[in-house]
Amino acid sequence: MSNIDKHEITLNINGNSTSLTVEGRTLLHDTLRRAGMVSVHAGCEHGVCGACTVRINGQSARSCITLAVQVDGDEITTVESLAKGEELNIIQEAFWRRHGLQCGFCTPGMLMRVTEFLEENPDPTRDEAREAIASNLCRCTGYQHIIDSVIEAAARLRGEEWSDDAGIPARELGDATEVSN
Amino acid sequence: MKPPRFEYLRPDSVGAAVALLNEHGEGARILAGGQSLIPMMNFRIAQPSHLIDITRVPGLDAITDEGNAITIGAAVRQSTVEYSPVVKDRCPLLVEALKWVAHEPIRHRGTVCGSLAHADPHSELAATSLALNATFTVVGASGERQVPAVDFFIGPFTTVIESGEMLSSVSFPVVPAGSGYAIDEFSRTHGNFAIAGGVSVIQLGADGKVASATLSMFGMASRAFRAFAAEERLIGSMPTAEAIAEAADLALVDVDCSADMHGSEEYRAHLGRVYAGRVLTSAVARAQGGSK
Ligand SMILES: Cc1cc2nc3c(=O)[nH]c(=O)nc-3n(C[C@H](O)[C@H](O)[C@H](O)COP(=O)(O)OP(=O)(O)OC[C@H]3O[C@@H](n4cnc5c(N)ncnc54)[C@H](O)[C@@H]3O)c2cc1C
Ligand code: FES
Ligand code: FES
Repeated sequence: MSNIDKHEITLNINGNSTSLTVEGRTLLHDTLRRAGMVSVHAGCEHGVCGACTVRINGQSARSCITLAVQVDGDEITTVESLAKGEELNIIQEAFWRRHGLQCGFCTPGMLMRVTEFLEENPDPTRDEAREAIASNLCRCTGYQHIIDSVIEAAARLRGEEWSDDAGIPARELGDATEVSN
Repeated sequence: MKPPRFEYLRPDSVGAAVALLNEHGEGARILAGGQSLIPMMNFRIAQPSHLIDITRVPGLDAITDEGNAITIGAAVRQSTVEYSPVVKDRCPLLVEALKWVAHEPIRHRGTVCGSLAHADPHSELAATSLALNATFTVVGASGERQVPAVDFFIGPFTTVIESGEMLSSVSFPVVPAGSGYAIDEFSRTHGNFAIAGGVSVIQLGADGKVASATLSMFGMASRAFRAFAAEERLIGSMPTAEAIAEAADLALVDVDCSADMHGSEEYRAHLGRVYAGRVLTSAVARAQGGSK
């Protein structure tokens, strides 16, 4: 092939319409990182780990196995859309309070997946939360704290009161107690 | 871990896509959801010269109720089928099968036809198309042909689709009332590729005997396949626990089970018989319970 295959595309990234020139082979996560969305992490780059998860027209997807040119004209949402300035949103705050992250590498992908999940299922059980994040790998937390974060975020999004020292409701303690002794 | 260079093309009709496939020859590949093809390109296992993106071809994104079958166009995403009320109502086995395919973020992008054309030996959808006797519509420069599922898969990642042809849709027959169906698999964690799995559809006659039975297996060998010997054992018999056990033992007759880091041939053969027995048992129970 002689010429480099270039395409003019427009992505709506977190509400801002952005015109870009990409090669056919440019992966969406690289495009997003070059556009400043460095929350989008490249882990495995073959669809297995979920670190690169963003939302495409509202649906969670792997940006490492999506070409930028395939999503021309689409709306892309990344973690950069969640906080208001320095103020974390409810899900981010729950991850912070509940130790839902350690190194933080998986966290942007987790947050995008969990945001979608809690829109679809505002009152999940721990098992449903576990199934929902089965698409995303975390090498640090052992997942229990991520599940705690999801349950706390869900309760707060439903408008239930949570103080700083509030525990996870007893009905949700199931497997947390199993592992503690 | 980046794809090699290629030329990206986005035709707006099936005819134009087929023309591009023929113009660019062996190096040209159809791009659907990209959920298998792009990982292979990132690894450089696949190095196509041209990718022909069919996902925006008008009409290819339709799910059509044909009365006795549900037809799914080549651009329909797996999650669209999973949440389609008409599929849930008319072909619920397909919805159950999709729950085993990868994870939600992958099903949002991957297509049903892309998974079938990819013909991974571990594919739940390939096995489901076999158990339901699905029909594939393959289009080439000289027109289209209909291929029954039993003839479609010929080896690992290989189907009867020739260079210059594409799959434009697949039709899944509606499961008749009074039938039972089941899919189950063993994998390291839910969403991973199956190490062994089975799909079955059973219809019982008024006398309680098995009127028709299909059993297909996946994750076991070089392709998903129908277990004809097991089916024959059941057809015409009362579906007793004993008959099912005998049928399950026949599920892998003449099959060379694969071996990999997840298990030896013997281990897979054992799992395969166990899962054949489970899906036959569940399908029979559902048929007896009168569920569709
Ligand atoms: C982490 C991960 C886990 C997965 N787990 C599973 C699993 O458990 N079970 C499973 O079955 N799959 C699994 N998959 C694969 C997934 O289901 C893919 O979506 C599917 O196999 C391919 O569909 P696609 O639309 O993305 O096709 P593409 O990736 O776009 O294409 C795949 C191949 O099929 C060809 N092709 C696509 N459409 C057509 C057409 N209409 N006509 C002719 N050729 C065509 C392409 O040229 C390519 O060779 C997994 C994938 C990932 C990344
Ligand atoms: S980097 Fe995309 S799934 Fe791992
Ligand atoms: S916090 Fe380190 S990978 Fe999840």
